[in-house]
Amino acid sequence: MTPSSEFWIDIGALEDVPPQGARVVKTAQGCVAVFRTAGDEVFALDDRCPHKGGPLSEGIVHGREVTCPLHAWVFSLETGEAQGADEGRVGSYPARIENGRILLDTRRLARRSAA
Amino acid sequence: MMAEKLVVIGAGMASGRMLEHLFETAPGAFEVTLFNGEPRGNYNRIMLSPVLSGEKTWDEIVTHDDAWYAAHGVATRFGEQVTKIDRARKVVISKGGETPYDRLVIATGSAPFIIPVQGKDLSGVVTYRDLDDTNKMIAAAQPGAKAVVIGGGLLGLEAAAGLQMRGMEVTVIHLMGHLMERQLDPAAGYLLQKALEARGIGVHCKGSTKAILGTDRAEAVALEDGTIYGADLVVMAVGIRPEVRLAVDAGLEIGRGITVDDRMQTSDPAIFALGECIEHNKTLFGLVAPLYDQAKVLAKSLTGEEAAFRPIQTATKLKVTGCDLFSAGDFADGPGREDIVFRDPARGQYKRLVIEGDRLVGAVMYGDTADGNWFFGLIKDGTDISPMRDTLIFGPGFAGGSKADPLAAVAALPPEAEICGCNGVCKGRIVTAIEGGATTLDAVRAQTKASSSCGTCTGLVEQVLAVTLGDAFVLPTAQPMCKCTDHTHDDVRRLIKSMALKSIPAVMQELGWKTSGGCASCRPALNYYLLADWPLEYRDDRQSRFVNERNHANIQKDGTYSVVPRMWGGVTTPAELRAIADAAEKYAVPMVKVTGGQRIDLLGVKKEDLPAIWADLNDAGMVSGHAYSKGLRTVKTCVGSEFCRFGTQDSTGLGIKLEKLLWGSWTPAKVKLGVSGCPRNCAEATCKDVGVVCVDSGYEISVAGAAGMDVKETELLCKVATEEEAMEVIAAFIQLYRENSRYLHRIYKWVAKVGLDWCKAQVVEDAANRRALYDRFLISQSVYQTDPWAEHARPAERARWAALADLTLEAAE
Repeated sequence: MTPSSEFWIDIGALEDVPPQGARVVKTAQGCVAVFRTAGDEVFALDDRCPHKGGPLSEGIVHGREVTCPLHAWVFSLETGEAQGADEGRVGSYPARIENGRILLDTRRLARRSAA
Repeated sequence: MMAEKLVVIGAGMASGRMLEHLFETAPGAFEVTLFNGEPRGNYNRIMLSPVLSGEKTWDEIVTHDDAWYAAHGVATRFGEQVTKIDRARKVVISKGGETPYDRLVIATGSAPFIIPVQGKDLSGVVTYRDLDDTNKMIAAAQPGAKAVVIGGGLLGLEAAAGLQMRGMEVTVIHLMGHLMERQLDPAAGYLLQKALEARGIGVHCKGSTKAILGTDRAEAVALEDGTIYGADLVVMAVGIRPEVRLAVDAGLEIGRGITVDDRMQTSDPAIFALGECIEHNKTLFGLVAPLYDQAKVLAKSLTGEEAAFRPIQTATKLKVTGCDLFSAGDFADGPGREDIVFRDPARGQYKRLVIEGDRLVGAVMYGDTADGNWFFGLIKDGTDISPMRDTLIFGPGFAGGSKADPLAAVAALPPEAEICGCNGVCKGRIVTAIEGGATTLDAVRAQTKASSSCGTCTGLVEQVLAVTLGDAFVLPTAQPMCKCTDHTHDDVRRLIKSMALKSIPAVMQELGWKTSGGCASCRPALNYYLLADWPLEYRDDRQSRFVNERNHANIQKDGTYSVVPRMWGGVTTPAELRAIADAAEKYAVPMVKVTGGQRIDLLGVKKEDLPAIWADLNDAGMVSGHAYSKGLRTVKTCVGSEFCRFGTQDSTGLGIKLEKLLWGSWTPAKVKLGVSGCPRNCAEATCKDVGVVCVDSGYEISVAGAAGMDVKETELLCKVATEEEAMEVIAAFIQLYRENSRYLHRIYKWVAKVGLDWCKAQVVEDAANRRALYDRFLISQSVYQTDPWAEHARPAERARWAALADLTLEAAE
């Protein structure tokens, strides 16, 4: 066990998320979308578009970006910033892969409720 | 007045244009008979290269179709060689007998030059001149097979590039020291050779062909220097010579070509000639611009107007995608001549201007040819360039150091600047047309002919539109697919087929996508094109689908989904209704609504409940209604002859059969059908994508209706006698749409683009083609006609529809 493991929580296997796809993790403050890119990187963002609340987990994933399924806003998976002419951002959370498992940082997830 | 009998021998680009002028200025004055050795009419021969490479289709390059000949009363004798001209009796002789003329036009064009080497008659050795040659090359172009092109001029290089785009391993043999030596200087020739080699085309300059080797067919090409290249196909493109045999036999005056005067008249006052077969003031002609001028002059001569042909200078562009080069005028070194040269090796750019005294006499450009027409104008007009000599090489945009804005450059062009070299259309003529109401590219094309031949000036014409109309002009169809590529949807569709690209990564790699994973706009389009073109080889990419198609349900604004089971032809049963009612209660569906397509919508279902509700509906015998797809939606019917006292046929039964035939197919945009049992049209069939109206004698099939943002009545495709015929025609028509439309275009938009006549020719008039389309539709259905609900409702799949993890407890602590 690494010292950090008390904060990183295992939410599932990498293979449970399709490449260029996403799955959601339910939290008390709402859903978090966990994305997997074509290059097998993982990213976690709030699953709620700031525009009209669209579920980003259902968007098309391209490069390190996702397009919201409702009105095609595009967000950076790395920063949560809206791209192009649209302004806004969604919360992003540290995520990593260890031994084929996806880990999320619970400290950041918990802190979110205060924001 | 009696119409004069005009016989025209040869249906090439020059004679086609001449007839246009003639019918415009003197309709009805001539009774025209048009002979052509090729079994077809006039087409844009310059565009054979894009046909060879797969970037254009044959239909796109036809300039005059049967309807046009019919409308102008032209008797067409295609595929019939004229064998003799009897000047004494004023008749031409062909296998169909004798045809009398009052006046005769010889437009026999040119014949490819065949180098007299051993093996020239072997099978597999072709020339590059007409559609038959092009088709021979396309047929021989097996990926991985080897081609040798003899001749590194314009035509040879276009052939080489086309064959390579079709997957062949190509080597070009060129006799001279550098490619296209008549148009390019050695430096530009070198850059061109480097660019071709980088694309994988071999180039062998200073190569003299000794023999073509092979026993029954060509196997290799041997050069004088001992090199041997393996060859499954040998293309001879070393040059052309005027086709003058008929004129020689008839005793007309001949030089290298048929001698004509300024009025295009031969040594016989009743006989005229134009095009590549003539010689005027000791000069021969091979490019299209002077040919069109001859056409104009000849039409006037025939109608008794004064006109004289004055050859103009011509400029050359190479039609090889990705190789931009331009040359005009005379660029040979000589006493009193000075050069201005600009080189940017890193970007592969080269420009050279040749100046004599105060005039520009030649220009060669490679890499960036945007200013070509401006330089060409200076050469033709003999403009005194001394005041701008310092900045001349930077082009017209460089006025006082301002940024080279392409629109500013076009705005700065004088009215007499030539925009379209092929048709000799200057900017002023285009501006006049635009101000007269031609506000689209097509309208300008129709009125001025600008950009209607080789098409390389299309961008310039659009810029003239933009400059003249300001913000009122929106760039039309040539828009790239999305920001990830410069290719249009049409280009991408064609290249997927011609380059046999069978996966999204292959398309992105081979067509140079600028992003790593595409975007939400191009990925669904590519996924569709690939599954439509390669149904057996390509595997649908679920992650490239929009949410509704990925989840097989319509997402609503609150993130819930709607579920619509199929009701074949709008017919249901008490048992189905009971199952729907049970499901609605079991999953607490907030709204149950009857749709416009005669079925029932369950709105507000949570994503994680989708597999379970589908399983319940599957158990009652229902499948997905695809109410979410770019695919077959509904077939709306009325009750028809089964119950209705007016019904003429069993419209309900036909609707059900059509829905069972077509369901599950993916299409560029949604497809809705309607079948009405009589012309009272209760199923509103005449505003659907495809509508059938039953009548006593059969079925009227009409297409391309709309009842959405646009409202439009359908147009009649054809009338058939039986249900079987109706089903074959409709499936074939939908397959035609699947194979040709751009993604997201509904049928009415697509038909507006390709024309209903074209659809009729493909589906109605050509029975073999209809059958082939129908068969291809069934092949696709063998893969895609499956119920997605059944697949995703399987127990092993269900977990994927729920959350990956539930942290509500941890986070609450």
